[in-house]
Amino acid sequence: MEQIAFTLISLFTLACAVGVVLCKNAVNGAMCLLLCLAGIAGLFIQLHAYLLAFLLVWVYAGAVVALFLFIIMLLDMQGGKPLRIRGLQGAAGVVSAALLIVGLNLLAVRGKLASVAAPGHGVGSRLELYSDQLLTTYMLPVQVMGFLLLIAMLGVIVLSRRTDAAPSK
Amino acid sequence: MTPALNAYVMLSASLFAIGFLGVLLRRNTLVIYMCLELMLISATLALVAFSHFNGTEDGDVFVFFILTVAAAEVAVGLAIIVALFRARQTVQVDELDSLKH
Repeated sequence: MEQIAFTLISLFTLACAVGVVLCKNAVNGAMCLLLCLAGIAGLFIQLHAYLLAFLLVWVYAGAVVALFLFIIMLLDMQGGKPLRIRGLQGAAGVVSAALLIVGLNLLAVRGKLASVAAPGHGVGSRLELYSDQLLTTYMLPVQVMGFLLLIAMLGVIVLSRRTDAAPSK
Repeated sequence: MTPALNAYVMLSASLFAIGFLGVLLRRNTLVIYMCLELMLISATLALVAFSHFNGTEDGDVFVFFILTVAAAEVAVGLAIIVALFRARQTVQVDELDSLKH
């Protein structure tokens, strides 16, 4: 049962990921990304990482994809150019992506990952373990992350400020 | 019967490669950016799978950090794209060739 669900969700996720690459309209691409994220959240639930599945839907599907859609709307990119694959460049892209797939899958096969037994209990389902780790072992990264968010906010404010002094081109 | 670890790793690798292909093939900066996000998310899938099969929490906590950084990164990146569009009136990478000699 779990295997069937995994197969269905992974096929759905892969199809949506291909959709992100191939859709010529950026809005459709963003929608495919949304569905792909939903599929990955389903996989997280299968791995008992319920909090992460929730956060993924919240942060990515809620905030990031909405931001993408806003920017697409702002830049008025309806329609868009169709995907043109130029000979050498396209071939190089396909070859390097295939090499990447083969290499990473060899890692999974040669590392004998198939024989790793799944633990019976779900570790990721306990919220208190997250808070415990975040406030003890990962205290410094949490503070660095807060600082990073502050800097990102300031950076976005500076970037999006309209500079009237600059000569308009 | 639960899916094995290598199934998750292969799925994650395939998603990463699809995102990579998108970054190389597409010419629209926003679509390239979406493909970058796809690559980031596929890495988190591998982290969560390894963490689950290892029976520890550390991978999950790292995914937590990745989500935070990704949110900040998207905000800054999209601000840069908007600034670029204001300056050049295009977001197609073919037309952004000032650094080409």
